[in-house]
Amino acid sequence: MEKIFSHPKSLRDTPTHYCPGCGHGIAHRLICEVIDELGIRERVIGIAPVGCAVIAYDYWDFDCSEAAHGRALAVATAIKRVRPENIVFTYQGDGDLAAIGTNETIHAANRGESLTVIFINNAIYGMTGGQMAPTTLVGQKTVTTPVGRESKLHGYPLKISEMLALLEGVKYIERTSLNSPQEILKTKQAIRQAFENQVNNIGFSMVEILSPCPTYWGMSPKESMDWIKNVMSREFPLGRIK
Amino acid sequence: MPKIIINREKCKGCLLCIGFCPKGSIVQEKGFNKKGAKPVKFKEDSDCLGCMMCAIICPDSCIEVYK
Amino acid sequence: MTGNEAIAQGALDAGCRFYAGYPITPQNELIGYMASHMTAYGGVFIQAESELSAINMVFGASSAGVRAMTSSSSPGISLKQEGISYIAGAELPAVIVNIMRGGPGLGNIWPAQSDYFQATRSGGHGDYHCLVLAPHSVQEAYDMVGRAFELADKYRMPAIILGDGMLGQMMEPLVVKSQIPNPKSQIKKPWALTGCKGRKPNIAKSFYMWEGELEKFNLGLQKKYKMIQAKEERFEGFMLSDAQIILVAYGSMARIAKGAIASLRKRGIKIGLIRPLTLWPFPKKIFQSISQGHKCRKILVIEMSYGQMIEDVQLSLGGKINVEFLGRSGGGVPTEEEIIKKVVSRKW
Repeated sequence: MEKIFSHPKSLRDTPTHYCPGCGHGIAHRLICEVIDELGIRERVIGIAPVGCAVIAYDYWDFDCSEAAHGRALAVATAIKRVRPENIVFTYQGDGDLAAIGTNETIHAANRGESLTVIFINNAIYGMTGGQMAPTTLVGQKTVTTPVGRESKLHGYPLKISEMLALLEGVKYIERTSLNSPQEILKTKQAIRQAFENQVNNIGFSMVEILSPCPTYWGMSPKESMDWIKNVMSREFPLGRIK
Repeated sequence: MPKIIINREKCKGCLLCIGFCPKGSIVQEKGFNKKGAKPVKFKEDSDCLGCMMCAIICPDSCIEVYK
Repeated sequence: MTGNEAIAQGALDAGCRFYAGYPITPQNELIGYMASHMTAYGGVFIQAESELSAINMVFGASSAGVRAMTSSSSPGISLKQEGISYIAGAELPAVIVNIMRGGPGLGNIWPAQSDYFQATRSGGHGDYHCLVLAPHSVQEAYDMVGRAFELADKYRMPAIILGDGMLGQMMEPLVVKSQIPNPKSQIKKPWALTGCKGRKPNIAKSFYMWEGELEKFNLGLQKKYKMIQAKEERFEGFMLSDAQIILVAYGSMARIAKGAIASLRKRGIKIGLIRPLTLWPFPKKIFQSISQGHKCRKILVIEMSYGQMIEDVQLSLGGKINVEFLGRSGGGVPTEEEIIKKVVSRKW
C-alpha cells in the first residue's frame, strides 16, 4: 500500500479556526501543494490579509507578513522590489482586495509588479459577521443588505478581475472555484500557473477563487458548494480572463 | 483495496467528503470528538476506489489516501 | 541645497535603499531628489498611488530588512497614521519625514509646527511612540536623518523627522559625509523576511489574539520606551549659563528665536534658549534641573502652533515655574520682532 495523498509539508499540521466547510482550508492547502511541488518554500514570502484568514501565517510554514486591511499589495510590491529573488504572494478576500484595497490592487496591477495574487471571493465579509462585500450578488441577503442587495442602492457585484484584465501590466488572470474536486484541481492548476509566472518573471498574475462561506450564506457546506456551481459561477464566469 | 485514514480529532463534521464520495465509503459518527464535532469515519468494508475526491475536498486536511 | 534635498541625501548616505512617497507641497523636492538619485545608489524608488500605499510599502521594505523611508507634509502624514501604528506594532524600523504645513484640513502650504501632538502622542491608534527628531538647519537635517535610521534600527520602531516648510525650502551649504558607511555594516536583522532558508520562518505581525498575549507585548514596548527615554533625549542649550529668561523652541522657530536672542543680548538682557533636538523622548532632564537650581524664573515657549510643545515643557517643570507662550499658526510665523516685543514687555 502506497500513500497517494497527504497534506503538503508547507502546511502546518495544526487544526484551523475556519468554519466547517470553509473554502480557506482548501485554498491554503492548494497553495502549499504548489509551493512544495515547485520547490520554492525557502524563497516564498506570503502576505496575509485582514479577514478570516488574518492568521493564515500560523498555518503556513514559510516567511510571512501581515498587512493593514487592503494594503497587502503595497506591502508585497515593496518586498518584491527590494528582494526580487524571493517569491512574494498575497492572499486576500473580497473586502481586502476589492473594497478598501482597490487602489493598491489597481496600481500594483498597473505597474505590472511581478507578484502572485490569490483572491478568495466568497461574496461576503465573514470575519466581521456577514456584511455585504463588493462581490455580493444582487438579491443576496447579508447583515448590511437585510432585504437583499439592491442594485439601485448598492450597485452591482464588482468584477475586479475583468477590470484588471484591461491593464497592460497584468499578464494572467483566471477565475476558478472550489465547488467540486474537479474544480479544485483546476484551481490548483491556476495557482500553479500564477506562481510559475513569478518564478519565470512573467508579470502580475492573479487567481480569483469562488469559495464557500456556509456560515454567512446560511447553508450547509454541501449546499454552499452547489450554490457556487449553480448561482455564483453564473454571475462570476469561470475560466481564463487574461 | 484502497483505503483512507481520517484524523477524527481535526475533523469538523462538514460532511463534504460524504457529499463527494462516489462509493458511500464515508459515514458520520454518532459520537463527538474532543472539539465537539461529530466527525466522519471510513467504512472498512467499502468499495473505496482511492479516487481521492474526499481528500481533495476536505478543507481541514484530515484525510490520507492509500492505494 | 534645500532642506528637503539634504534630507534625501542624508538618507541615501545613511544606507536608505527604499523610498516610497506621494507628491505634496512643500516637500516635493525630497521625492524628486529620491527619484533622480536612488537608482544610482542601487535602491528602489516608487511614486506610490497614495500616502496610504507609500507607508505600507515602507512597512514591506522594512520587513524585508531594508532601510526604508517615506516623506510627506501634514495632511499626508495624517493619512499615514494607520501604517505608522502597524510599523510600531510589528516592531519594524522606518523613517518618516513630515515637512509640516498649515492646517487643519487642506490648510495651506506655509510652514507650521501644528503636528507636534500627532508626532509625539502616537498619532495613530494604540499605545506606542515614534522617535521624533527636529532639525533646525539644512546641515542638521542631513545629519539627523542618519541618526534617525540608526535609532530606528537599534530600537525597531518608527522615527519621525519633524521639519517644516521653511526648513524644507531654504537653501544652505551642506557638508556631506566623506565616508559613507557600508550598508552591510548596519545592524543585523535576523527577524527580517528573506525566505526561510536555513532557519525557522519569520512572521512580521502586530496581531496577538490569545488572552494575555497583546498585553504582554505592550508591556515589552513600554519597557523599550522607558529605556529610550532614559538614554536618548537630546537638546541644545544656547547661552543658558547666565540666562534669566529662557526661550524654548525647536526647528525653524529656534532659528528665529536665536536671532531674537542676539538682539536682546545686545540690549543687555540675559536670555538663552533650550532647543529640543529630540521631541520624543522629550528632554525632560534639563527642565527638571532648571526648576530645581537655575536662577531663571521666566520661560517663554515659542511655537508655530497654538501651544503643543508647551505642554511637555510644563510637565517637565512640574509646575514649579510659570511658563509663557507665544505662538502663531495657520501659516503665520512668530517674527523676531514679536519675540523681542513679548520679552521686553512686562506682561509676564
